[in-house]
Amino acid sequence: MEQLLKIENIEKYYGSKSSLTKAIDDISLGVSKGEFVAIMGASGSGKTTLLNCISTIDRVTAGHIYLENSDITEIKGKELNKFRREKLGFIFQDFNLLDTLTAYENIALALSIQKKPVKEIDEAVKTVAEQLGITEVLKKYPYQMSGGQKQRVASARAIVTSPKLVLADEPTGALDSKSAKMLLERFRYLNTECGTTIMMVTHDSFTASYASRVIFIKDGKIFNEISRGADTRRQFFDKIIDVVTLLGGDMSDAL
Amino acid sequence: MLFKLSVSNIRRSLRDYAIYFFTLMIGVSVFYVFNAIGGQAAMMRINDSSYEVVDLLRTVLSGISVFVAGVLGLLIVYASRFLMKRRKREFALYMTLGMSKGSISRLLLIETVIIGLGSLAAGLLVGIGLSQLMSALVANLFEADMTAYKFNVSTEAIVKTILYFAVMYLVVMVFNSIVITKMKLIDLMQSGRRSEQIKLKKPIVCVLIFIAAVIALSIAYYNVTVGYNDLNEDKFIGSVITGIISTFFIFWSVSGMLLRTVMSVKGMYYRSLNSFTFRQISSKVNTMVMSMTVICLMLFVTICMLAAAFTIRNSMNSNIKELCPADFEARVFIYSDERADDLETMYKEAGEDITSDFSEYAHFYGYTDEGFTFERSLGDKAEEIKAQYPNMMFDSTEDLVKVSDYNALMRLYGREELELEDDSFIVLCNYGSAKAMRDTALEKGNEINVFGKTLRSQYSGCVDGFISLSSNKANFGIIIVPDDVVDESCVHNEYFIGNYLSEDKEAAEKTVNEKYDRITASTDTEGNYFVRDSKIAIKAASVGIGAIATFVGLYIGLVFLIASGAVLALKELSESVDSVGRYEMLRKIGADEKDLGKSLLRQTGIFFLIPLLLACLHSVFGMRFAARTLEVFGTENIGQSMTVTTLIILMIYGGYFLITFFSSKSIVKERR
Repeated sequence: MEQLLKIENIEKYYGSKSSLTKAIDDISLGVSKGEFVAIMGASGSGKTTLLNCISTIDRVTAGHIYLENSDITEIKGKELNKFRREKLGFIFQDFNLLDTLTAYENIALALSIQKKPVKEIDEAVKTVAEQLGITEVLKKYPYQMSGGQKQRVASARAIVTSPKLVLADEPTGALDSKSAKMLLERFRYLNTECGTTIMMVTHDSFTASYASRVIFIKDGKIFNEISRGADTRRQFFDKIIDVVTLLGGDMSDAL
Repeated sequence: MLFKLSVSNIRRSLRDYAIYFFTLMIGVSVFYVFNAIGGQAAMMRINDSSYEVVDLLRTVLSGISVFVAGVLGLLIVYASRFLMKRRKREFALYMTLGMSKGSISRLLLIETVIIGLGSLAAGLLVGIGLSQLMSALVANLFEADMTAYKFNVSTEAIVKTILYFAVMYLVVMVFNSIVITKMKLIDLMQSGRRSEQIKLKKPIVCVLIFIAAVIALSIAYYNVTVGYNDLNEDKFIGSVITGIISTFFIFWSVSGMLLRTVMSVKGMYYRSLNSFTFRQISSKVNTMVMSMTVICLMLFVTICMLAAAFTIRNSMNSNIKELCPADFEARVFIYSDERADDLETMYKEAGEDITSDFSEYAHFYGYTDEGFTFERSLGDKAEEIKAQYPNMMFDSTEDLVKVSDYNALMRLYGREELELEDDSFIVLCNYGSAKAMRDTALEKGNEINVFGKTLRSQYSGCVDGFISLSSNKANFGIIIVPDDVVDESCVHNEYFIGNYLSEDKEAAEKTVNEKYDRITASTDTEGNYFVRDSKIAIKAASVGIGAIATFVGLYIGLVFLIASGAVLALKELSESVDSVGRYEMLRKIGADEKDLGKSLLRQTGIFFLIPLLLACLHSVFGMRFAARTLEVFGTENIGQSMTVTTLIILMIYGGYFLITFFSSKSIVKERR
């Protein structure tokens, strides 16, 4: 399949020379179009830093990241914002919805900052709301919604612009298990039916089991990688658990 | 330990404190500047009569200082309450760590003292600097000689400023302690959670209330402008109260409608960050209806006060040249039946000669015909005019002057003489509304009946003129009649108007005044009333009125401007701090920095503009009312005054706007 994202030998250091922390220590990986990749690791393993580097929120110390063959580590200033709003979609653990806007307006905002015409915005918002099952809550404010609804609204905002890549940082982190399951079902639907490429960071094995491929990170390095292939989700979940166990005590919270 | 914590707290929340500190500093400096004026004026070489005015000015300004201190005190309490609110989480942390409420109180006390001392010192320094600039204005107003002026620091004003602000800070401290003792840990801990409900008011209710408020306001506007003549005290107070209440409801309803209106224009609402921008504005306006009302009213008062003050000052200076064409005027109001009070005779009896001090003079009498009142002089039109101006006195007797006397005086004044035809009369008047009334009556050429003779009006309007020296156009009406008409026994006024012989006008004035006072005091005629006036005295008094008006207007105007600016700035800045996360999020989903800046500019701009716009609208009508009330001063210069007023408002209010915008921008700036 066509390669969408290519990461080449990236490194990210924090701190000064005397006390250097290697958050990412030489990671290379690739993501194909239409893939649903989960990145797993314990707290402090560097998975969120990796996501931040891909999303250009943070800068790499060394190495290159290519999205559709253009090097995003070279983009600067204004082009960064343009890149973010046109190529990427974001889903955060704490939803990051604007509390002053309704669900509809939150979703529409992603399009309106791209200066899309109103008619197009309205159609796109309604379509995506249907896909994520949030048509009834469109008129509500974030404080009137449940966590699961909020996260689905946030997801709708992320995909309404038809981004090349959706980045999700612990999307189920603040959700109860029922809402989490519902959200992940939606992700899988988006991935299989709409062809959305999703890259998701999580430390939860259940969440990761919805992906088509899981990459394990430990201490800033890739530790292991497994693909789902023809397995059922249940079987894939067991495989993930095996790796987590292998990863050792640090990851025990992932169970 | 507490001290260290206080210092680091201030340093950490410097941004919050900056506007607080800045406001206190301006408050202190304005307070100092206006209290130092008295001392500064005293240092300049000004004449005796101005000196009395300076004394009066000092009294007036210190009276207003109490009011100003009240306003500033409220502002400080508001600002500190604001800062306290922002720090609830911090207090919660202290309390969970086991700090007692007493310690927190002391912590705040130390912070208040540090900020207080700092702002006091900085404010006094700025004030001392500014007051040197102010002295130029003082010198200009009193036409004083600046050459003797030295750099001047008023100890009295410093002590007063420190005293007043010490009291204000004390109030703040007491207030803070009360707030702290009332705090509950659980409320503090939960205060960070934003569960603010966005209540959209019912649009129908908003529209209805808006319409009602606009109608009420229009009626109030109508009453003070078009209906000015029917205005009595009750009605005026009613209009003011209506204005205040409608202002509140206009903000209340606009805050509800603004968003709805913008939302209905979908093409605009969903363009760029507009939806975010307008939501932000509407939530701010929604929570600030009361403050907005107060700010709007303060701005309104400021605009009117400044404009009126400058108008009074300007016209004061320009009027004197025209309206005081001679040096001295003595006037006797004769109420006694026997006409014993001929000034020349009185002087002779005292062994003096009234004419000896004058190079030229006019000595003549004014007459009244018992029963010939203002109402009668209006003739047929009296009823119509009375209905139009119900508050006017119509039963005062009209003053009559012989045309030959008048023309002699005009030769002295160097003004145009009148040619009166036989059996005619001319009305002399320069006071706006009286002139309007008389013109209505004269339009059709009415007739009057005095001393048994019928006279017809020579002109179809009043002649702009006067007899007595004055600082403003206040001649209510004098009727010039042919010499042979008057009955010599009906004398009511004696005039003696002249120019001093001596070149040294001030010395001459002293001699003349002394003689006049001595001789008139010794007279034994019951009921007669002696007055004197002079160009020098009128000038000093009018300069005084001009100066007092200017300083009072500036003082209150500046303080109100500062207060409005500060309240808006504090609210906007704290709002920005709360919104940092929102901007961060907008950035993450790819909003352009330029668009974010534009959104912030719009938010700040509209936020500052809303109260200003309504205040300007109020002022349009308020100034019309003021212009009519102040017409005695002459209002030709109102345009110029409005320009100066606009400049001052732009400088201070605009200054607060710019500071707020740029600080907000730095608050929400991306941190890397």
